[in-house]
Amino acid sequence: MQELSSLVERALAEVAACAGLAALDEARVRWLGKKGTLTEQLKSLGSLPAAERPAAGLRINDAKTRVQAAIEARREVLTREEIERTLAAGKIDVSLPGRGEGRGGLHPVTKARLRIEALFQRAGFEVATGPEIEDDFHNFEALNFPLNHPARAMHDTFYFPDGKLLRTHTSPVQIRAMLERGAPLAVVAPGRVYRCDSDMTHSPMFHQIEGLKVGEAVSFANMKAMLHGFLQAFFEQDLAMRLRPSYFPFTEPSAEVDMSCVFCGGKGCRTCKHTGWLEIAGCGMVHPNVLMASGIDAERYSGYAFGMGIDRLTMLRYGVNDLRLFFENDLRFLEQFRTL
Amino acid sequence: MKVPYSWLTEWIAVPWDAAVLGERLTMAGLELEALEPAAPEFSGVLVGEILSAEKHPQADTLRVCRVTTGQGEPLQIVCGAANARAGLKSALAVVGAVLPGGLKIKAAKLRGSESAGMLCSAKELGLADSSEGIVELPADAPVGAALRDYLRLDDAILDLNVTPNRGDALSIIGVAREVAALAGGKLSGPAARPFAAAHSGTVAVHLDAPAACPRFAGCLLRGIDNTAPTPIWLRERLRRAGVRSISPVVDVTNYVMLELGQPMHAYDLARLDGAIHVRFAQSGEAVTLLDGRIAQLKPDVLLITDSSGPVGIAGIMGGARTAVGAKTTEVFLEVAYFAPEALIGRALRWGLTTDASQRFERGVDPSGQERALARAIELIQIIAGGAAGPLTVAESESHRPVRLPVTLRRAQLVRLLGTEIDDERVRGTLEALGMRVAMLPEGWRVEPPLYRFDITLEADLIEEVARIVGYGAIGERDALAAERVRALPESVPSEHRVLEVLATRGYQEAVTYAFVDPQLQQQLFAGVPALALANPIASDLSVMRVSLWPGLLRAALENQRRQRDRIRLIEHGARFEQRESVTREIDTLAGIACGPRMPEQWGLPRAMRDPVDFVDVKGDLEALLASLSVHAELRFEPQEHSCLHPGRAARVLRAGRPIGWIGELHPSLVRVLDFAHTPVLFELDWAELALDRPAYREISRQPQVRRDLAVVVDESVPLSRLAERVALVASSLLRDLRVFDIYRGPGIEEGRKSVALGLIFQDFSRTLTDDDVARLVAAVVVDLRATFNATIRE
Repeated sequence: MQELSSLVERALAEVAACAGLAALDEARVRWLGKKGTLTEQLKSLGSLPAAERPAAGLRINDAKTRVQAAIEARREVLTREEIERTLAAGKIDVSLPGRGEGRGGLHPVTKARLRIEALFQRAGFEVATGPEIEDDFHNFEALNFPLNHPARAMHDTFYFPDGKLLRTHTSPVQIRAMLERGAPLAVVAPGRVYRCDSDMTHSPMFHQIEGLKVGEAVSFANMKAMLHGFLQAFFEQDLAMRLRPSYFPFTEPSAEVDMSCVFCGGKGCRTCKHTGWLEIAGCGMVHPNVLMASGIDAERYSGYAFGMGIDRLTMLRYGVNDLRLFFENDLRFLEQFRTL
Repeated sequence: MKVPYSWLTEWIAVPWDAAVLGERLTMAGLELEALEPAAPEFSGVLVGEILSAEKHPQADTLRVCRVTTGQGEPLQIVCGAANARAGLKSALAVVGAVLPGGLKIKAAKLRGSESAGMLCSAKELGLADSSEGIVELPADAPVGAALRDYLRLDDAILDLNVTPNRGDALSIIGVAREVAALAGGKLSGPAARPFAAAHSGTVAVHLDAPAACPRFAGCLLRGIDNTAPTPIWLRERLRRAGVRSISPVVDVTNYVMLELGQPMHAYDLARLDGAIHVRFAQSGEAVTLLDGRIAQLKPDVLLITDSSGPVGIAGIMGGARTAVGAKTTEVFLEVAYFAPEALIGRALRWGLTTDASQRFERGVDPSGQERALARAIELIQIIAGGAAGPLTVAESESHRPVRLPVTLRRAQLVRLLGTEIDDERVRGTLEALGMRVAMLPEGWRVEPPLYRFDITLEADLIEEVARIVGYGAIGERDALAAERVRALPESVPSEHRVLEVLATRGYQEAVTYAFVDPQLQQQLFAGVPALALANPIASDLSVMRVSLWPGLLRAALENQRRQRDRIRLIEHGARFEQRESVTREIDTLAGIACGPRMPEQWGLPRAMRDPVDFVDVKGDLEALLASLSVHAELRFEPQEHSCLHPGRAARVLRAGRPIGWIGELHPSLVRVLDFAHTPVLFELDWAELALDRPAYREISRQPQVRRDLAVVVDESVPLSRLAERVALVASSLLRDLRVFDIYRGPGIEEGRKSVALGLIFQDFSRTLTDDDVARLVAAVVVDLRATFNATIRE
C-alpha cells in the first residue's frame, strides 16, 4: 500500500506540473484512462485475498477520486489561463475606423422640401406637380397678369423661340390643379422655377412651393392660421408672424408674410437687417378672375394661395448664408446634410 | 419712390415721426424700403454773407473774403472757389464746426493769410455728389441762421416701394391721401390758383387717337428766362426726391410731377413746327430722343408730332428737336392723360423706364391736368418770369375714363376675411380713401375716385378695407378639418425612400441647372435635338438638358478639381426630350459614380480598392429596384449609346419595358473631359420606379438540394442567356440559380470562360432523391452543350 500512496503522490505532482490542457488530458489518460496506472491497480485486485479486496478497492477508488479532483481543479485553472491568453491576444484597437461603404445623403433643399410637404400633408394638403416649361396662359394670363403689365416685366422670364417659357413661379400649378380637380381642393406644389437673374442672392434656377386651398368658406383668417402654424412647425420656434399688404395679380387681397427673425428672435440682427422681421412668403385670397379662369364659381367658392422660396427656408433653417452653395454641388457642402 | 417727410407734411398733418410713418405706410401696403436723412451729420455751418472778396496776395486761385454772420466783427475766410464774390450768401463753417465725415474746422493760415472758417460747397456738406464752387444761397437767406435750420436739413426721406397697381401713390399728394386715410385729416397742399392769360397765343392740338389720349391740356409761355437759377428750396426738394436740377422749366415740370403725379413735357416753341397731333406711329418712322438715341417706331407706339414729324414718344420721352434749352424763351407745356394700355410695355423696348412712363403705365389721374398745368405755370413764372397764354384743353369727352361703381356685400366681406368689421368702420375707411359710398341693404355701393385704377371688383374693395383696418386686426382662425381620407397609392414610392436607398449606398444628391452647355451636351448626345432658350443667361447655360448626365458630369468634374477622389452623385429632376416640335418633360433619376469602389479604409481586399465599374453600379440599381419590387423581371440588355463604352453599356428593362440606361463613359470622353477615373452613369425614368405590392407565395417545407456546375462557354455568351436556358431545362424544381465564380486563364482556352453555377432544387410535395437531381443536372448539361457548345469542368 505504500506503493499506492506514492503513486498518488506522483500523479498529483504530474497533474500540477501540466502546463496546458493537452498535457493535462494526456496525464488523465495515463493515470485514469482505460489502461491508466490507477485503473490497472483496480485490475490487480483480483490477485488479492478476498478478505482484503473491499478495503483495497476502497483505497484505490479513493486514490482515483483524489487524482480526478486534482485534474478537474487543474483543468479549471488551465482553461481560465487559456481564455485569458486568447483575450490578451485578441485585443484590437477599437478606435480604428469601421469598415464598409460610407453614407451619402439628400440635398439640403430636398430635405427641407420633403419636410415642408410632410407638414402640409398633415394639414390635409395633397402634393401636386406641373411642368417646368409652361405657356403664357398658365404662367401669366390665367393668373390675371395683363399683357405687357409691369408685373410681368418684374419676372425676368426665360423664353423659348416658340413663345413658351420656363415657369417663373410655381403658381401655374394652381391653375392646373383647379382645372383638373375642381373645388374644393387643397394642394401644395413644390418645384424648380426659373428667372433670368444671377448674382449673390439670385440663382437662375431656384425652388418654390405653392399652396392653394379652395372651399366654400375659406378665409383670410384661415390663411393666417395655416401660414403661422406652418412657420412655427417648420422652424420649431414660437415665432411671430405678420402680414403686410402687397400686390400680386392673382390674389386680392394680397400680402407679404414676415416672420420674426429666427436668429435674433425679433431683437434685430444682421440677417434681418435690424428690423426683427424676415420676409418669407407671399400670399393672398385667390383673385376672382383666377377662379373663373380655372372654371371655379367665384360666388360659391373662395380660396387662399401662398408661395414660398424653399431655398430661403432651407438657408434659414440650416444657417446657410450663400444661396449659390445649393447649386455648386460641392461634396464638402452637401455632406453636411446627410442625416436622414 | 422717395418722399421727403417735410414735403409730405406740407400736404397733410402727419401725427407720427418719419419712422412711425414708414411703419404705418408699410403695414398699409406702401412698403418702406429705406429711411434716410436728408443730409449727413454736420454742425456749425451758418448762413454767411460775403462782404468783400479780394484776390489772395500770394495765390492767384485763392480769395480772401470778409464774411459776416450778423454778429460781431466780420470773419476773414480764405476761399478757393471761383464764385466767391461780394454780396453772395453762402454756407460758412465757423471755427469748431464739424463737417460730414468728422472734419473739424479750425482757425488756419493759408499762404500766410488767416482763415477763421471755411466756405462750403454742396459736396462738402453731403448735399450733392459733385458741385462747382461754394453753395449759392438766395439773397433773402437769413444771415447767421444755422444752415440746417434754414434748409430744413433735419428731414427724413422715406423710400417707398410702390407696387405696380398703385400708380396713384407715385406722388406726394398720393402718399398724403394714404396718410389721410390712415390718420384722418384733410389734404392741405398749395391751392391750384387759376391764372389769367396775358396773351392769346397757343398751339393747336389734335387728338387723332382719342382712346389712347383723350385729354391734352396745353399752355404757351412767352418771355421766360430759362437761365434763371432755380431756387434752393425747389432744388433741395428735387434732390431729396432723387431728381437732378437742370433748368427752371425742366425743374418745374419734374417738381409738379413729383408733387401731383402728373408728368408733363415742355417744347421749345421756336423749334415746334405747326400744330400738334397725337397719333400712333406709322411703320418705318423714327424719332431722335432727348438722350440722343434714335428710336425706331412700331405702329402701336403713340407719338406727339408736329408738321415736321414726331417730336416725342407720348408719355415716355420727348424728342431732341424741340427740347428746351438755355436759350429757350417760349415754351409750350403739354399736360396730357395717356391711357395705360396705350403705353404699357413700350418704354422697355428701348430699355427705358422714365418717371413719366412709370406713372402713365400705372395710371395718372384723368382729371388732374388743369391743376398740374396751373401749378407749373405759377412756379415757372416765379422763377423765370414769362407771360402765359390761355389754358387750352383738347378733349374727347366720349373717351374720358370713367370709374364704374362697385358693390361691396357685407356677407362677402365677412366670408373672405373671416372676421366682422363694423359697418361704420367700412364706410369711413372707404370714404377716407376718397370713394363715394352709398348704403345698400346688403352692403355698400362704392364709386372709386378717378385716380384709382385698381378698384374694379368687390375683392378690390375688401382689400382696401382690410389694409387700412390692418391685416393685424384679422385674427387667425383654424379651418374646419377635412374628414375625407386622402389617397395614398401603395404603388407610388416615396421620393424620400428612393433617394435614401441610394444614399445608404454612398450617393449624395445634387441639384444641377436644367439648362446646360450645348457644346458638352452635343459631345455626349451627338445629333439629339435640344430645346434652346431665346434669352439664356449665359452661353454655357443655353439649352435644356436632354439628360441629367451633362450636369452630373460637370458636377463630378468640379469635385474632382476640388481633389475628390471618390465621387458618387445622384439627381432627381426633369429632362427635356425634343421630338419635332413637341417637348416631353420626363421625371428622371440619374447618377454618376467614379473613383475607388469603396471609401479608402484599412483592411480592404485588393479588388475592393479598384475603381468602380459597371457591375458595381449595376448592383446599386439592383438594390434600388429590389426595394421596389420583390420579383421584378429586371434585365440589362447590351446596347450601344452615343456616350457610353460600347462594350459596357446596357438598356435597363423592367418586365420587358425599357426604363433607363447604365454604362461606363466612353473612353474618348473620359479623356476629353479629363476624368481621373472612368465614371459609371445611370439614368432611370422615375415613373417606372413603381412599387410592386408584395403578394404571399407558399414556402416549401421540403429540403433543398444543391448541385454546382462549372460550365465553359465562349466569351460572347451572356450570363443572362445561360441562366435562361438552365431555368428552362431544369423545370419548376429549380428554386434558385447562383453564379459564384467566373474564371479565365490557365486550363481554359483563349476566348472562353468558366462560369460556376449553383443550382438549387426543391419540390413542394416530396424530398428529391439523388436520382431526381442527377437526371435534371444531366439534362441541363446536355442542353448547354448543344446550345452553347459548352464543356463541363469536373
